[in-house]
Amino acid sequence: MKRILMLAAAFGLAGAMAPAVLADPTSDLRQFRGFFQKKFPTVKFDEYASGLYALPGNEGYREQWKAYNEFSPYELGMANGKKQWDTPFQNGKTFAGCFQNGGKNIAQHYPYWDEAGQKVRTAEMDLTDCLKKNGETRSFTTADLDKDDDVNRKARVELAELTAYFYSLSKGKRISIDMSKPGAVKAYEDGKKYWWQRRGQLNFACANCHMDLAGKNMGGNQPLSAALGHTTAWPAQRLEWGRLETIHWRYKTCNSQVRAKPLKHGSETYNNLQLYETYLSSGLPLTAPDMRN
Amino acid sequence: MARQTRIRTRMQDGATEILVLVNHPMETGQRVNPQTKEKIPAHFIQKMTFMLNGKEVAVVDMGVAVSKDPLVGIRVKGAKAGAKVRITWSDNKGESGEAETTVS
Repeated sequence: MKRILMLAAAFGLAGAMAPAVLADPTSDLRQFRGFFQKKFPTVKFDEYASGLYALPGNEGYREQWKAYNEFSPYELGMANGKKQWDTPFQNGKTFAGCFQNGGKNIAQHYPYWDEAGQKVRTAEMDLTDCLKKNGETRSFTTADLDKDDDVNRKARVELAELTAYFYSLSKGKRISIDMSKPGAVKAYEDGKKYWWQRRGQLNFACANCHMDLAGKNMGGNQPLSAALGHTTAWPAQRLEWGRLETIHWRYKTCNSQVRAKPLKHGSETYNNLQLYETYLSSGLPLTAPDMRN
Repeated sequence: MARQTRIRTRMQDGATEILVLVNHPMETGQRVNPQTKEKIPAHFIQKMTFMLNGKEVAVVDMGVAVSKDPLVGIRVKGAKAGAKVRITWSDNKGESGEAETTVS
């Protein structure tokens, strides 16, 4: 017994030392890319930006996706987003004034670690704060984004459309997340924890579906995407929804699909998860908005 | 809210395809509002007319079976590049919309 305990202690020590090496996001990234390279050797790196449609065995879904993109319904939502973006505020300023470079070609750095506020900030947060700073209100600044009744859903879709337009201004730019600050790494670690933690009645972690089972179907009709390139398409339009939605709404519905209790829209954990996922998709071009199954 | 009507043409198998996308709820009148338990009144596009250079080439009689934000397309043979395409639609509540483009 004593020997076992000592063995355990030795392993514990090794285990305690190991994370110091593993905790490095750069090596995580290398390992993560290597995993998918080994799993799908025929898929080129850039192809992962197309999400599940890049994976072998999803050719049928890919055909559908291509047909959908030829004249896609998210153009309607995008036009709404553009209108919101272009309409000046009461004080004459616009959204473009709140962002560097007028909001163009900067979305590849989102979400980012805000050193002053000591938290992760998403595009949705910056857009909402831009309104607040200029004394403006929109439906989504007051609505409860967690509810799915007609009024609140409409507000959330408005936010998604605006965010989608913001991301579209950076289309094709390659994701690069700044991880130089220790706070960013800490948030990243928190997101990582959420990613690997099993939850819900089905007892799935994010990683179970989107790494181990990527390219397969859940329950027969929900194709599972590869985690690599997860965030490139969001805000996206899903066939099931027929409207643009935010990535946090997808996290919530994803949680429900494994029968777990969803977190709040815009909660810190979701922000951290988004940071983790986006960092692991570093180097992939942004394709948002796009259609997803 | 003003409805968007978007139009696009493309060559497909030697014919010109005209595609129209409208953001329209296409309510059937069968759905019930879960909060008030009242039926949501029917609201759907009834007629869509396609015109090529001012000449009617197709009329679509649509009903409640068509999905929300419908994408409607027809194929026309012999349309020349630069020909004017114009579509109009009207629904059961008297709303209407139109869009114009030229064959590319």
